[in-house]
Amino acid sequence: MTDKLKKRLKLKVSAINNGTVIDHIPSESLFKVISILGLDKLKTQVTFGFNFESEKLGNKAVVKVADVFFEDDEINKIALIAPHAKLNIIRDYEVIEKRVVEVPDRIVGIVKCFNPKCITNHEEITTHFSVVSKKPIELKCRYCEKITHEDQMVIK
Amino acid sequence: MKKKDLISITDYTREDYLRIMELAADFEKNPNQKLLEGKVVATLFFEPSTRTRLSFETAINRLGGRIIGFSDAGSSSVTKGETLHDTIRMVSNYADLIVMRHPLEGSARYAAEVSSVPVINAGDGANQHPTQTLLDMYSILKTQGSLDNINIFMVGDLKYGRTVHSLLMAMSEFKNPIFNFIAPEELEMPQEYKLFLKERGIRYFEHREFTDIISEADIVYMTRVQKERFNDPIEYEKVKNVYVLRNSMLAHTKPNMRILHPLPRVGEIHTDVDANEKAYYFDQARNGVFAREAIIAHTLNLK
Repeated sequence: MTDKLKKRLKLKVSAINNGTVIDHIPSESLFKVISILGLDKLKTQVTFGFNFESEKLGNKAVVKVADVFFEDDEINKIALIAPHAKLNIIRDYEVIEKRVVEVPDRIVGIVKCFNPKCITNHEEITTHFSVVSKKPIELKCRYCEKITHEDQMVIK
Repeated sequence: MKKKDLISITDYTREDYLRIMELAADFEKNPNQKLLEGKVVATLFFEPSTRTRLSFETAINRLGGRIIGFSDAGSSSVTKGETLHDTIRMVSNYADLIVMRHPLEGSARYAAEVSSVPVINAGDGANQHPTQTLLDMYSILKTQGSLDNINIFMVGDLKYGRTVHSLLMAMSEFKNPIFNFIAPEELEMPQEYKLFLKERGIRYFEHREFTDIISEADIVYMTRVQKERFNDPIEYEKVKNVYVLRNSMLAHTKPNMRILHPLPRVGEIHTDVDANEKAYYFDQARNGVFAREAIIAHTLNLK
C-alpha cells in the first residue's frame, strides 16, 4: 500500500480539533472499550472505525473522542483488553502528547471472577481484584481469593 | 474504631496469633467468663456443619452470650430467595457479632463489608476457615510448648485442603518451621504455597511415600483424601490406602510428636491409633472451644 493510500485511509475517520485519539485497540475489543469508558453515554462527537490494517495487531480499531481528556485511572481500565492501546492527545489538530496504557494495580468491576463458586458470580456485587502479575495478567479476587489468569478473563 | 473481622487467616498478624494463644490458655483455665453477658451473637449456618456450630455455640454459651440464628439455609428466608446482602443487613441490626458459614467462596468477606457488626468466618466453601487454623495452632503450642522450630508433616489431600494451606501460612510467621508434604501427585501442595515458602526461605520437602520419615516429625497433620477430588476412580482406589496412619507406624516417632486431624476422619487414621498417647485429634477438637472463646473476646475487645 502506498503512503498516499494509507493517508487517505486514516482520513476515513475524521480528524478532531480537540480531544483524544485511542489507537491500536484490537478490533474485537472495540465495543468493550466503548462500554468500559462509557463513550456511548457521551454527548460530544465520537467517531470510531475497526478492521484497519495494523502491523502490530493484524487489524486494529481507532476511536476519536472530541473534547474529552482522560485521567490515567480511567484510561488504564482498558489495559486489560487493549494492552497496546496508544493515546494521542489533540489540541488544535496537533498531537501534543502521546500516552500508553498501563495495567493498574487494582481492577474494580470490568472482569468476572473465573471461580464459579465465588460469591460475586451469585449476587449483584462489583468485583474487586488486586493485580498480582501484569504480564501475563493475574488477578486475585478480593472475595474468594482465587487467581483469575489472563486466558480465563471474561469481561463483564 | 475499625471493626475487627476474622475472614482469612492473613487478617491476623503474628501479634494477633499470640494474643489468641494467650487468651485461649486463659479460657482453658477458666472457661466460664461472662464477658458476653447482655450480648447477642448470630450464628448463621447457610450450610450445615454440626461440629463447627456446636463448638462456636459452646464458646458463646460459656461466655454468657445469647444466640440467634439458623443451622441450615433451608430453615431461613434464603429459601424465599433473600440475598446474602439482605440477610446480613438485617441480622447486623439485631446482633453484636455474626458467626457465619456459607457454601460460596468469598461470602464471608462480602458479609463483613455489608455488616455493621464484626463477622467471624466459620468457613466459606473451599476458601477459608481461620478459626480451625487458630485451634490447630493452639494445639501445637500446647503439645510442643512453642510455635517456633516445629517440624510439621502434612499428609493426604494437600491440594484442596484449606486447613493445611492456612496452617502453612500462619506457622510461617514463626521461627524456623520445617514442612514435609506427603501426598499423591494429583493432590500435592499447590505451587503458590511452595513459592510462598521459597520466598521466605522456609524449608520444605515433598514425599510420595508415607513411611518412617515421620520419625522426625513434631506434628503429623492428617487430612482426608476425598473420593470426589479424583477424575479417575481407579486413581483414588490406588492412593486411598497408601495414606493411612496405623499404630505400628508410630513406634519410632519422637516422644513429643502429636497427631492432628481437623475431623471428621474417614479411614485415614486407623482406630488402633486412638489409644496411643500421640493421638491428639479429639483433644484438638476440645481446644476449639477455648480458641473460639479467645477469638470472640479478641474480636469484640472484651479482654
